[in-house]
Amino acid sequence: MKATPTHAAAAEEFLKDDERSHWHDDTLWHVRTKRDVSAQKIPEWENLRTNASQIKDHVLSNLDQLLLKFEKNAIENGIEVLWAKDADEHNQHVLRILEENQVKNLVKSKSILTEECGLNHFLEDKGYDVVDTDLGERIIQFNKQVPSHIVMPAIHLKKKEIGDIFHEHLGTDAGADDPAYLTEAARQHLRQKFIQAKAAITGVNFGIAETGGFVVCTNEGNADMGTHLADLHIACMGIEKLIPRAADLGVFLRLLARSATGQSITNYTSHFHRPREGKKMYLILVDNGRTNQLGREDFRNSLKCIRCGACMNTCPIYRRSSGFSYGSTVPGPIGSILSPGMDLKKHSTLPFASTLCGSCTNVCPVKINIHEQLYKWRQVITKEGPSQPSKKWAMRFGGNVMSKPKLFDMMGNLARKSLSISPRGFVYNSFNAWGKHRELPEVPKESFKEWYRKNRKQ
Amino acid sequence: MKVGLFIPCYVEQFYPQVAIASLELLESAGVDVDYPLKQTCCGQPMANSGYQEFGEGPAALFRKNFSEFDYVVCPSGSCTLHTKDHIYSGQENEPKVYELCEFLTDVLKIKELTADFPFKVGIHASCHGLRGLKLAKPSELMGVEFNKPKQLLEMVSGIELIELTRKDECCGFGGTFAVLEEAVSVGMGKDRIKDHEEQGVQVITGADMSCLMHLEGILRRNKSPMKVMHIAEILNAKVSKTQKQ
Repeated sequence: MKATPTHAAAAEEFLKDDERSHWHDDTLWHVRTKRDVSAQKIPEWENLRTNASQIKDHVLSNLDQLLLKFEKNAIENGIEVLWAKDADEHNQHVLRILEENQVKNLVKSKSILTEECGLNHFLEDKGYDVVDTDLGERIIQFNKQVPSHIVMPAIHLKKKEIGDIFHEHLGTDAGADDPAYLTEAARQHLRQKFIQAKAAITGVNFGIAETGGFVVCTNEGNADMGTHLADLHIACMGIEKLIPRAADLGVFLRLLARSATGQSITNYTSHFHRPREGKKMYLILVDNGRTNQLGREDFRNSLKCIRCGACMNTCPIYRRSSGFSYGSTVPGPIGSILSPGMDLKKHSTLPFASTLCGSCTNVCPVKINIHEQLYKWRQVITKEGPSQPSKKWAMRFGGNVMSKPKLFDMMGNLARKSLSISPRGFVYNSFNAWGKHRELPEVPKESFKEWYRKNRKQ
Repeated sequence: MKVGLFIPCYVEQFYPQVAIASLELLESAGVDVDYPLKQTCCGQPMANSGYQEFGEGPAALFRKNFSEFDYVVCPSGSCTLHTKDHIYSGQENEPKVYELCEFLTDVLKIKELTADFPFKVGIHASCHGLRGLKLAKPSELMGVEFNKPKQLLEMVSGIELIELTRKDECCGFGGTFAVLEEAVSVGMGKDRIKDHEEQGVQVITGADMSCLMHLEGILRRNKSPMKVMHIAEILNAKVSKTQKQ
């Protein structure tokens, strides 16, 4: 198996293209700015966040009961409910449903959960034609990529590149990059797929325990187009996507789109309760590591996430290193606290891909303390993750020196003396990562302690 | 009111002028301030690297050094935050920990300064002070604007405070992040500098020397005329217009 590159290495690679990395940074910063403008229009914004966070606290504390209530109500509505403990079980459920209903062509609206489960590859290997109908997802499906952002999956691609992809796959004019022209081509192409599809898969933004119904939010109406035309609807839902009551929806819907893109609400907010006459509706409830995360006191509230992507847009590291540098289905700050819970070894560098600036925590609509959890994962990883003997030695050494004032003063003097007399080539060597693009501080003629002894303490 | 001055380890070693300015500011405000000579470091570098346990030795020493004080004051948002979060637990018998700016605005309630600094200054809002200690309102949060470092800088005569395009974006220092994620760190630093440059800033200031050390490193490597100065140096500055020329 190929080793996962560290975040730092992948980021360095992305940053080599200075123009692209700045374009990426500006594009996402623009989205963050739109979020700010939108949130400023809501006087009770901070209260809404608190409210949403508390509702999710309630959900996480009563998840078992609420899930059973949700299942009972959904079944009463005529929805077939299935439980999946992991990605494989989820994929097997989907396969069985498709086999039972003799479906070969299916459309799928955006669902990060199905990305997490690797559903597309699983079904394609079995000969199914799975068509992603979200424009961004269709683009990256053509390009054989995974989403680089959970809300804007093709945000890493420029218009010109999308034009080239469409030229190759949809026969648009070579070199054409007019968004309206390209979008129209995608519409015509997808329309055919919608008509042919016998099954539609969607994700779920909110499951409502009280009603047994669920809500799917899209901007393109593609979830509706798919589910209205197909004979069966398979909805895939992470078990943490639950809210207690329909009345709670207002809190989350007001936060979701504003946090995600600065829109007041998504263009389509579709409520599903029961299958239409003669049609079928399935709901798959997926754990896939979520109950493990729920059992981790320090990390459980990461499950509050409503997948708005605001933490990615605000993260100065995400903006400059792109989603692919994280190597996980959910990238960015929230991905860096969710992914180590799934595979600590594989994702061990992610909690270190942060300056702990805390901007993610401040934009989070459900107030997940993301940067504090990054700090806590670091403490776990140094104990349970891949061993790093030299780093550990350096930190232990540092801790020892800092515990002994005389030793600290001596080491400080030594460092300053040697820095001031060493030739430049000796200091700025290949082991000095600081000095690759930065100067070290100039060495002062005396330390503050030396000054203080002379000038204050006789 | 007995105040213990806590000077971050790297400031003590490499930026004594910042420590001197902090001390003089407190002294000129009439504060009974002492600098315990046995201090070293708060242990933040180890803790933020995932080795909180190796920061326990320095933390114990810290508590011992500052046990007799009512207040601990420190010219660094980041070290102050670490001290509050990991060295003390907010008990009655512990000293209260303040970053220098918030000590001046909230405890001493300073209304005027005699400082003179006739330059165009850009404020770098260091993250831990900004979001951790709430020295100002971060741009992500909705609510009433406030900015303690700016409030103090506005008392300096001759100063021209410059608005930035991204007023509180991280500079990319982040402790060991600066070397572990060198490429991103330097990229972020360069972008911050560009923002200050485009607005015509002459001096970048802030309440954390670590961020400024990172930005200074990039500025000096690129032979930029722009300078960095800790906010204490500006609040304590006595630069007359003639000296400027």
